[in-house]
Amino acid sequence: MTTTRLERASAGTADFLDQRTGIGVAVKNFARKIFPDHWSFLLGEIALFSFVVLLGSGIFLTMFFVPSMTEVHYEGPWAPMHGVEMSEAFASTLRLSFEVRGGLLMRQIHHWAALLFMAAIVVHMLRVFFTGAFRKPRELNWVVGFTLLILGLAAGFTGYSLPDDVLSGNGLRITDGVVKAIPIIGSYMSYFVFGGEFPGTDIIPRLFTLHILVVPGLILALIGLHLFLVVLHKHTQFPGSGRTDGNVVGFPLFPVYTAKAGGFAFIVFGLITLMAATIQINPVWNYGPYDPSPVSAGAQPDWYMLFLEGSLRLMPGQTEYVIGGYTLSLNVLIPAVVIPGLLFTVLGAWPFLEAYATGEKREHHVLDRPRNAPTRTAAGVAIVTAFFILVLAGANDLIATHFEMSLNDITWAFRVLFFVAPVFAFWITKRICLGLQRRDRDLVLHGHESATIVRLAHGEYIEVHKPLDEHELWLRVNYSSPRPIEIEPAEDSRGVRRKGYRADRIRRRLSEFFYADRIEPVSAEELAAARAHQAEHHALLEGGGRHSAALPAEESTSTTVDVEATSDR
Amino acid sequence: MKAIAARRHHRQAPVVLLVLALLVMGGVYAAFATTSADATVVTQSDDDVEAGRKLFAANCASCHGLNAEGRQNAPSLVGVGAASVYFQVSTGRMPMQADAPQAEAKPPQFGEEATRQLAAYVASLGAGPAIPTEDQVDPAKGDPASGMALFRTNCSMCHAASGAGGALTQGKYAPSVLNTDPAAIYTAMATGPQSMPVFNDMTLTPEEKRDIIAFIDAQKEGAPGGLDLGQIGPVGEGMWAFIVGMGLLIACAVWIGAKSS
Repeated sequence: MTTTRLERASAGTADFLDQRTGIGVAVKNFARKIFPDHWSFLLGEIALFSFVVLLGSGIFLTMFFVPSMTEVHYEGPWAPMHGVEMSEAFASTLRLSFEVRGGLLMRQIHHWAALLFMAAIVVHMLRVFFTGAFRKPRELNWVVGFTLLILGLAAGFTGYSLPDDVLSGNGLRITDGVVKAIPIIGSYMSYFVFGGEFPGTDIIPRLFTLHILVVPGLILALIGLHLFLVVLHKHTQFPGSGRTDGNVVGFPLFPVYTAKAGGFAFIVFGLITLMAATIQINPVWNYGPYDPSPVSAGAQPDWYMLFLEGSLRLMPGQTEYVIGGYTLSLNVLIPAVVIPGLLFTVLGAWPFLEAYATGEKREHHVLDRPRNAPTRTAAGVAIVTAFFILVLAGANDLIATHFEMSLNDITWAFRVLFFVAPVFAFWITKRICLGLQRRDRDLVLHGHESATIVRLAHGEYIEVHKPLDEHELWLRVNYSSPRPIEIEPAEDSRGVRRKGYRADRIRRRLSEFFYADRIEPVSAEELAAARAHQAEHHALLEGGGRHSAALPAEESTSTTVDVEATSDR
Repeated sequence: MKAIAARRHHRQAPVVLLVLALLVMGGVYAAFATTSADATVVTQSDDDVEAGRKLFAANCASCHGLNAEGRQNAPSLVGVGAASVYFQVSTGRMPMQADAPQAEAKPPQFGEEATRQLAAYVASLGAGPAIPTEDQVDPAKGDPASGMALFRTNCSMCHAASGAGGALTQGKYAPSVLNTDPAAIYTAMATGPQSMPVFNDMTLTPEEKRDIIAFIDAQKEGAPGGLDLGQIGPVGEGMWAFIVGMGLLIACAVWIGAKSS
């Protein structure tokens, strides 16, 4: 057996490492780790690879960006800024854009990657939510992921404020307003955050430290924890024949997923670079250096903060009260703190809420089809709807100009929709889910319609159904459908009021909200009965087939004999 | 001709015909629609005033009154000046087409000559801002950096930082100024049409107005960094991040994960 030099060298290196660290066992285990295959499991990877791009391009940007609010006069090549007074942060951003070789590309890569990072996190989170992947034992990992979402928002916010342009400065001014709206400590907090009266000269260096050190450090650590927990818990899998809570059906990490993920990483890098090379993003030279006096029309934050902007835009301004000389700015506090607080709390606490309502203690490794958890799916759609309305409200001026509508009417429509649309979305989604479940049930019991109508010898018409195969059956019957929990009565047998009844009653109500409307999955007995009925049909067909085959031609408008089973999709 | 006749039932024939018809229509339209409205200042003569009076009586008097004294919903034009007429007529806003939240810019209904005559007539009714000279609106003579600062303090709260326009209340809006001709920008500032405030020579000197024109002109040089997505800022960027970015990446993910076990 001959070996090349390269093979010998790599074997030698591996052996060196293995003898000193014993890493061989870990590599072997890891390489054989099985992951299930589905495109939606790659959504988190988009976020991961975008983050890698963010780190790389971010390091480049720190080499040239000057996080200082010292006033300078611009002397660079961008004519409309000649001699304009600006902070060093803004001047160095212009230098990055127009003088540093590849600087503008890097800036745009960084910004597009940030938008995609947040988009991928949100889409990934939706996948996890709607498939129930957060259930035991993964509740903690949901919380880790949720924290990553918040940290992503923080990274984005601290990042786009750094160039010290008018647009992001408006955003900081709003932040200042929100901080000041906090009762009692508001104005002290504002002075604390900005190092004096807004804007001061401290905020950019402070944001810089947060943006390049604290937030990315935390994100990196939590990504590590997030992935460690994925490996520890093993990956969830979609329901299908042969997949249970006790196994993982898929391919090994090496070579299948190293190749797939490695390739996908380069696709993500490539796409971000392509976008950055062809599409302008955050043209700060249009906005100009920050100055507290001008506010431009169309001032909006990046998309992931747009829901906050929308929330502020929707809130009527009359809700500011002066109580004993102190101002209570409910017009800021409610939209900027209370509403997002509520939406995010529900989102973050959802796994625990659902576990509480179910009363289940067992582990789940097979994902839910969204239809099989109607209340969860409906609640998810309702939350997404509320967020989406807020995002649209954040762009109400653009809707007004682009669709030639009245800004006031749009704002009022969104005010109403913010309360009505989530409820409507909840109701309609739940109905759709229940309808799909009923359809599944029907399909399991009767089989696929074959579009063949047969007249039996004695004149009876029957439609021939093709029974589902084993794979189709597995998907449709093999899921759990929790019932509302039962609680003990308020009084015991001696008529004494029971302790803890009130808490139980709340839990019962929650459980009823989740599971009162349910479609029973087909049981084995029902399936057996349905099968027997179908067998009866077949027997009739076999026995009297010759008599029933020939229908008069003029009657057979919708009749075709021996057509392929119609798919249920 | 025979070859064409033989192919008249060809499958592609309707498509070819449609393309030809569109080309002809486009050509005809382009030939007729090239009436531009350049700002040229010609001295007013009594002939112009007289011709303008006739034009006014025929085209404007039904709303603004025979002597431009104004009616319900149509303001008096005494003292609005030639600049106002120039802005409203050369951008096609007047004569107004429909009763909308605000008069829309459209292809001008009057030629240069007629616009000048109308302006001369209205200017003869009472003193008002005049149409600027070519020198006053020459972007090359302005300072774009000073214009940038002035634009940000005075204009961007309605027209947006890039000049792409923005929304106002009740269906009114500040239009994009990126493709507006310099004299129209100047006369708009001088007269404050519709919801716009008046920036008279006390607020913005003629030189400052020219600086602003120079700044707007500098925006036409193109956007560094690629497609500008309509210059509507982060909302547009976010939308494209989802449509192009996430769209393509999810398509790739579906492709990579296609061989599901």
